[in-house]
Amino acid sequence: MVKMTIDGNEVEVDAGMTVLQACEQVGIEIPRFCYHERLSVAGNCRMCLVSMERAPKPVASCGMPVGEGMVITTNSPEVQQMRKNVMEFLLINHPLDCPICDQGGECDLQDQAVGYGLDRSRYKENKRAVKDKYMGPLIGTIMTRCIHCTRCIRFASEIAGVPDLGATGRGEHMEVGTYVEKALNSELSGNLIDLCPVGALTSAPYAFNARPWELKKTESIDVTDAVGSNIRIDARGPEVKRILPRLNEDVNEEWISDKARFSCDGLKRQRLDTPYVRHNGKLQPATWPEAFDAISGRLKTLKGGQIAAIAGDLADCEAMTALKDLMGALGSNNIDCRQDEVKLDPSVRASYLFNSTISGIDHADAIVIIGANPRREAAVLNARIRKRFVRGGVSIAVIGEQADLTYSYAHLGEGASALQELAAGKGAFASALKNASHPMLILGGGSLTGEDGGAILALAREVTEKFKMINSSQNWNGFNVLHTAASRVGGLDLGFVPADDGRDTAAILAGAGAGDVKAVYLLGADEIDTSALGDAFVIYQGHHGDAGAHRADVILPGSAYTEKNATYVNTEGRVQRTRRAIFPPGEAREDWTIIRALSEALGHTLPYNTLNEVRGRMVDINDLFMNSDGPVPASWGEFGEKGDVSDVPFRSPIDNFYMTDPISRASVTMARCADEFLAPSEGKTGTDG
Amino acid sequence: MLDDKDRIFTNIYGLDDPGLSGAQRRGDWDATKKLLDLGRDKIIETVKASGLRGRGGAGFSTGMKWSFMPKEVGERPHYLVINADEGEPGTCKDREIMRHDPHKLIEGALIASFAMGAHAAYCYIRGEFFREAEALERAAQEAYDSGLIGDNACGAGYKFDFYVHRGMGAYICGEESALIESLEGKKGQPRMKPPFPANVGLYGCPTTVNNVESIAVVPDIMRRGADWFAGIGRPNNQGTKLFNISGHVNQPCTVEEEMGIPLKELIEKHAGGVRGGWDNLLAIIPGGASVPLLPKSLCDDVLMDFDALREVQSGLGTAAVMVMDTSTDLVRAITRLSAFYKHESCGQCTPCREGTGWMWRMMERIAVGDAEISEIDTLEEVTRQVEGHTICALGDAAAWPIQGLIRHFRADMEKKITDAKAGSPQVDNPRAA
Repeated sequence: MVKMTIDGNEVEVDAGMTVLQACEQVGIEIPRFCYHERLSVAGNCRMCLVSMERAPKPVASCGMPVGEGMVITTNSPEVQQMRKNVMEFLLINHPLDCPICDQGGECDLQDQAVGYGLDRSRYKENKRAVKDKYMGPLIGTIMTRCIHCTRCIRFASEIAGVPDLGATGRGEHMEVGTYVEKALNSELSGNLIDLCPVGALTSAPYAFNARPWELKKTESIDVTDAVGSNIRIDARGPEVKRILPRLNEDVNEEWISDKARFSCDGLKRQRLDTPYVRHNGKLQPATWPEAFDAISGRLKTLKGGQIAAIAGDLADCEAMTALKDLMGALGSNNIDCRQDEVKLDPSVRASYLFNSTISGIDHADAIVIIGANPRREAAVLNARIRKRFVRGGVSIAVIGEQADLTYSYAHLGEGASALQELAAGKGAFASALKNASHPMLILGGGSLTGEDGGAILALAREVTEKFKMINSSQNWNGFNVLHTAASRVGGLDLGFVPADDGRDTAAILAGAGAGDVKAVYLLGADEIDTSALGDAFVIYQGHHGDAGAHRADVILPGSAYTEKNATYVNTEGRVQRTRRAIFPPGEAREDWTIIRALSEALGHTLPYNTLNEVRGRMVDINDLFMNSDGPVPASWGEFGEKGDVSDVPFRSPIDNFYMTDPISRASVTMARCADEFLAPSEGKTGTDG
Repeated sequence: MLDDKDRIFTNIYGLDDPGLSGAQRRGDWDATKKLLDLGRDKIIETVKASGLRGRGGAGFSTGMKWSFMPKEVGERPHYLVINADEGEPGTCKDREIMRHDPHKLIEGALIASFAMGAHAAYCYIRGEFFREAEALERAAQEAYDSGLIGDNACGAGYKFDFYVHRGMGAYICGEESALIESLEGKKGQPRMKPPFPANVGLYGCPTTVNNVESIAVVPDIMRRGADWFAGIGRPNNQGTKLFNISGHVNQPCTVEEEMGIPLKELIEKHAGGVRGGWDNLLAIIPGGASVPLLPKSLCDDVLMDFDALREVQSGLGTAAVMVMDTSTDLVRAITRLSAFYKHESCGQCTPCREGTGWMWRMMERIAVGDAEISEIDTLEEVTRQVEGHTICALGDAAAWPIQGLIRHFRADMEKKITDAKAGSPQVDNPRAA
């Protein structure tokens, strides 16, 4: 601890803090533009200048470490004047275009100008104009507004790990840009918009859409990957206007991926807003009773074993609970939430969780990534690995595809043979794992979807145990499964898997093809091979006219995650809830209520009428759902299957980061991104786009 | 007046051979091993006792600076970085050293590096100094070839490497932390201090950055002793110094003189006097473009050293004396300097990036009379807003010349404005774009 004096009050603060942090700790706010607690200190805006006793010049509080006996003044007229002076400098070349600036109303410069700006300008010369830069389909640039705080540059190079942004030119000709005309290729680029204190970098899809004070803000959870990033949904009327990150140190810090942020325009397109029933091969709009009649008419003729249900990647726990109960009432054990056929089952909870937790990555000192591309599968989590990498003292290895993960790693091999060698303790990385105090293994879902998935899972368990990755005295479990589907852990926790002799996804599809399964209930399952469903009667409940809806005989319009109060469990096993920001369109309803209503039509009325009652039922199934304080450590056990492994190279389940679910596939913005970043542009002609 | 025997740079005009044999004939590399054998502490002590103040402009005690380096070399290696990015307008002393006396610099680099536990010295040389870089590299090669530096420098069992790194001609890269950034391959922008380079410098390692002249005088201080050096000049302003005299003098030159020589004597003795006689003098910038100018009245008896010039609100800087006679349009002259600082500001921090352009534009207008008299006060305020509020000293350097002008020649500025208002003929208004 260090004793110092701030504005005449003696305070004690931690050594190693900066003066700015110390001031903040005692409740004194220091204005700043360039300083950001998650980025390196640049000290270039000079807004945070304070006076320090015995210092010949004012000091930038953001970069000055505290010292014993320091005397700091932040409230003197001189300091106030310094801030006004800096403000004047910032404003002389900043355009006064607040009325047409998207940052208006949430602009740091605007806010500070209220406190420290002059009411008129002494600057009589011409203002500077800067050519706008192209930064891709997500980030709109009006570079004349740039105040050169370099937050964006520091974010791109430090957090996102793409050193494409930088400053060129000197003095007042300094410009922030990408050096060469190219889009910023990062899955986290949208965060630049939040970081930019002015309106230089703004959201291109949101341009001129709304003003911040018109928006209704709802705190919720992202479902575009299994990280469960905390988000804030900003809506006006019936429309989600934008999605912003919400602070959660344990999950996403304050970042979200571009898909989480920008796929929300997909919520307005291709929506199912009324039930449909297929008549003579054509889907036709229907009323709810008509749809239910069509379903009950078909299901009544079937035995339990002839009915099956598959839950998709965006299914919420409430809907899965209701559907599981309904299927049970109908006498069917054919339910599965693993539409990608991943070989994980609920018997040992630790076998399918990211046990170390995301914040646990900060403690890891050796990480082996198997069959995953975290950059595409969980961009925010990848940033956490990079953060650990940048701090140093960690060795990272990858078994699987050799992709640019924004940090360097040892590539041990493409497939299972490399994992076998590691299990045998061969290679340099094995000794790194052996010597690590917090070794970590990240197993991607993509490596477990093949025939030999169970054997690979067993192999991963062997590696985990061999290198003593589980250390209960340190509360450390280094075995981690990285899921890509928001619904997956919740589904496994609820036991949404075939019981006893029930069929799993592969068997359901095979049975449907062979005619043994005559009715399939798809709860938002679009990523299965719908052509394999044969002649089965398909009920599709979901919110988008995606693959499942195209094959359906009856469509029940559900709600997207922004339109319901729903529970999701992220890859760590963290129970989190979305909140309704807008109402579902047209006739669409909250998903569990649809199943509840259908159960009545089928004569198997489910015993819950309110959201709380469904949640009570979830707790009955698994009391983990009572806990909303973060993941509970799961106990270790035997899992995986003995068996041969093939040496097919592991492949990430995600090729196209921008389009992984019905919402992002319907999003124009995501399509533009995929076009920009993934499609080879050289084959294009003038008539494209 | 400096005695010939006290001269350090005996080949500053290149009359003799700049190569190794010539240098050795002039006494360089003479028993350097014995100097190293004195040990680190003794060397630093001697340099401290000599009163040598940094010759790059700031005038910080060189020995003191060396003593800030960690006493023991830990995990991180130590580095010496030599600032040869001589870009201060009017300054041309380091250039002469590297051209004609490069061995003094290399020998000094060895002694300084040894004193600080550095095994490598990087000489960051201004990009435009092409021939100078060649000369320095040639000299370094000679020193390597004869075993004076290298794995066993001077046979003292000390490994020492000397690297020449050419800059790209940015003025700001002469600021020590910007120089380090540039040397690391980054955009040349000054760093925040603390941490200071002695703690976190080149590649994050303890580093000392010294001016060429500061390093080049070290071997002579070591050979002749601290007392000899300290005996020249005035207390706290000791030793010899290279002065560069340019502008309206009859014989512009670079000359080694004792610190504290009267300005008038310096110009009359070495530069052949002011064009048209001393009475034709208008003003002098005594220490490179960054320091405020002095009107003739102050030039008459001011001494050329750090403290004396500070007393008259100017500075010794790099001791580049720029003489302006009565034919000079001082407002235009200072406007030109403002343009220079506007052009060379790195653009990193707000007051300098925005302020240098603003000051220059106001100066441009005042220079043609297209302004209000009250704007002189605004200009003065803007210089105060920039001064002392920036990361590095470039902001100060941009502000001081204008402050000097307003302090001593405000009447000239006002006359420009009133003349323009009265309709006196003016040049076309090149109002700044």
